[in-house]
Amino acid sequence: MDTLDRRLLNEFQQDFPLVARPYAAVAERLGVDEAEVLDRLARLSRGGMVSRVGAVFRPHAVGGSTLAALAVPPDELERIAALVSSYCEVNHNYQREHRLNLWFVVTAPSAEAVQAVLADIAARTDLDVLDLPLVEHFHIDLGFDLKWS
Amino acid sequence: MELSDRDLSLVAALADGLALVDRPYRVIGDAVGLTEDEVIARIAAMKEAGIIRRFGVIVRHHELGFRANAMAVWDIPDHQVSELGRLLGDAPEVTLCYRRPRRLPDWPFNLFCMIHGRDRDAVEAAIKALAERHGLSHHRHAVLFSTRRFKQTGARYGRRSAAE
Repeated sequence: MDTLDRRLLNEFQQDFPLVARPYAAVAERLGVDEAEVLDRLARLSRGGMVSRVGAVFRPHAVGGSTLAALAVPPDELERIAALVSSYCEVNHNYQREHRLNLWFVVTAPSAEAVQAVLADIAARTDLDVLDLPLVEHFHIDLGFDLKWS
Repeated sequence: MELSDRDLSLVAALADGLALVDRPYRVIGDAVGLTEDEVIARIAAMKEAGIIRRFGVIVRHHELGFRANAMAVWDIPDHQVSELGRLLGDAPEVTLCYRRPRRLPDWPFNLFCMIHGRDRDAVEAAIKALAERHGLSHHRHAVLFSTRRFKQTGARYGRRSAAE
């Protein structure tokens, strides 16, 4: 990864150009051509460093979401994690160091649809699902400063 | 801002991000029946209304060398939690900060911060610094390091038929 990659990753996390040719606008700011920006973003996406160029929505502005947790018996973790991940409404799913060892985020077009997914997971795993919907959010999302130094 | 069905289709079409082609807004427009100019105007309006919180390159921390992440949680008295949440939400160490309900007896915590770092030591140091700076040490707390990522994708807000 060179300086140009780093600038692409760090300087365009917000206010991506809303013009017909946004990558050309990015290229102009970086002093390269559009094809170079597209090539680099494609490579960074293939490498997994870039998830996407897109939108982060304010929670609950469109649809519903919640953070949920399960206390999974350790020898069942693999199977149940795969089951949870198989829902298209589950967009994050992590093992964490706690008795409640599987944590996932459910996002769906409505609060009812979120609850339906939780109920389905509870029924299929025979585990209690801890439902921790957002009450208040505090962070102003300016992206993630990669602090390269 | 009231979201139209067309807007919800646009939200769904945005789930995978912009195509890496010269006219990405036109690609989205073609998928949802809007012109390129309309797509750009609707995204700008959703940003303006705060529905889109951020629009740009979305990076993956882990792949960029920020391999450790923890969810740090505290049990803060209800009358203090909003004020403390705002302070922690502004802290440079914190990636996300939310208030969520307690679920007694299983879960006594109501303030959640996500903290990313290059390694576990860096994350622990950041949490210690936060706790000292904001006088959190006398509140009950827990740190849940992530040990495995099973899935990480963008949120699917859109209607399933439109999103897939």
